[in-house]
Amino acid sequence: MKRVRFWGTRGSLPVALTAEAVRKKVIASLRSAAGRSFASDAEIEAYVDTLGMPVSGTYGGHSPCVEIETGGSEYVLCDVGTGVRPFGQRAMARHGPASPQTYHIFMSHVHWDHIMGFPFFTPAYIKGNRIRIYGGHAVLEEAFRRQQAAPSFPVDFSSLGASIEFVRLEAGRTHDVAGLQVDLMLQEHSGDSYGYRFSSDGKTVIYTTDSEHKLNDLAETKRFVDFFRDADLVIFDAMYSLTDTISIRADWGHSSNIVGVELCHMAGARELCLFHHEPVSSDETITRLLTEARRYEEISRTGKPLRVSAAYDGMEIAL
Amino acid sequence: MECSVRRLADVVVAAPAGQIDHPNAQKLEQALKPVLDEAAAATTPLVLDFSGVEYISSMGLRVLMVAAKQMRAQGARIAVADLQPVVEEIFDIARFKHVLEVFPSVRSALQDLSAPALSAYDAAAK
Repeated sequence: MKRVRFWGTRGSLPVALTAEAVRKKVIASLRSAAGRSFASDAEIEAYVDTLGMPVSGTYGGHSPCVEIETGGSEYVLCDVGTGVRPFGQRAMARHGPASPQTYHIFMSHVHWDHIMGFPFFTPAYIKGNRIRIYGGHAVLEEAFRRQQAAPSFPVDFSSLGASIEFVRLEAGRTHDVAGLQVDLMLQEHSGDSYGYRFSSDGKTVIYTTDSEHKLNDLAETKRFVDFFRDADLVIFDAMYSLTDTISIRADWGHSSNIVGVELCHMAGARELCLFHHEPVSSDETITRLLTEARRYEEISRTGKPLRVSAAYDGMEIAL
Repeated sequence: MECSVRRLADVVVAAPAGQIDHPNAQKLEQALKPVLDEAAAATTPLVLDFSGVEYISSMGLRVLMVAAKQMRAQGARIAVADLQPVVEEIFDIARFKHVLEVFPSVRSALQDLSAPALSAYDAAAK
């Protein structure tokens, strides 16, 4: 594995920056630049790079879709939220319609936000492409077909041109796909979800979203710690605050930055990436959650340091 | 995980000490259970004196959440007092101040909870 690329990082519902939010960013940028002059575009860009994410960028609003670059010719994705649409556009721009490609898609589960991009995934419409959709759910194929059935969508699933196969994966055994060793694990979420452990070339990536952790269940905690063991990267559902997950949003099937830090520390993971951001969270809010997660990592650290990042649409992490 | 308990008039003050990490959270839960059962049943206010707590993990916070739910279900008050700076930071990061009343000191908690308990506290401090 060479790299992980995030195409959609928002949970539950895709969102877009509002005009007001963009205006605030522009105002903050101009205010910060007061008195400065720039001799070139390079100087402007260097200045913008100093402003930080809430002012100069955004975490984005596509629902979950993560690409794992294996170093091979076949594509590997986790979930097909709306982020799969720009992924598909880039694949089309790169290969064109006449060069068949293979796409391996691993599904955490089939809730709407994780499948809703598929009807807009252009390669699915092109004959010659091969798409294999993997998951632990018996209802995998049914969910994909149903969301494109009339009257919900104008193009029925059966009209898609690509060769599409559904592959039911069994938890507890290792599967070989596209040069990756793939393990999956059942997670706590309404209707169940599955976390994935991808390994190759001495690197390991965990994709664990839509997963609630019951803190008093030590056996369950150990199961996750073993699954995350020595991972290079853990992409982790950190949708809510810890307090929310054990009070008003208990049993909603999500987790927090604090629990992510603790599980990664116990597992000896190298990087925690906060993922599945709450749709109502602003860029400032997500940045604050990231800052707080990093601080909690410092406070609770007893072994080696854990790097903590927050995923944004377009972000890449080299492995 | 040590947890001393004392009574000041009509208030119970429990003082855990040390690191409330995952293993110690269970010990705290066991230590607090009889205190909580008694305080909740009698609707006696409970103050958790955290001056000796150096760290608290998510599991420790969960123990406090369960305690708060039990007390509130009986209409009894529960508060935490005298957080060390690091523990206060963890409360902030976890948004835990929405769950429990937090006071800067045991004395200020008693001032809010019970005049007789405050008098007993001040008398004991002399």
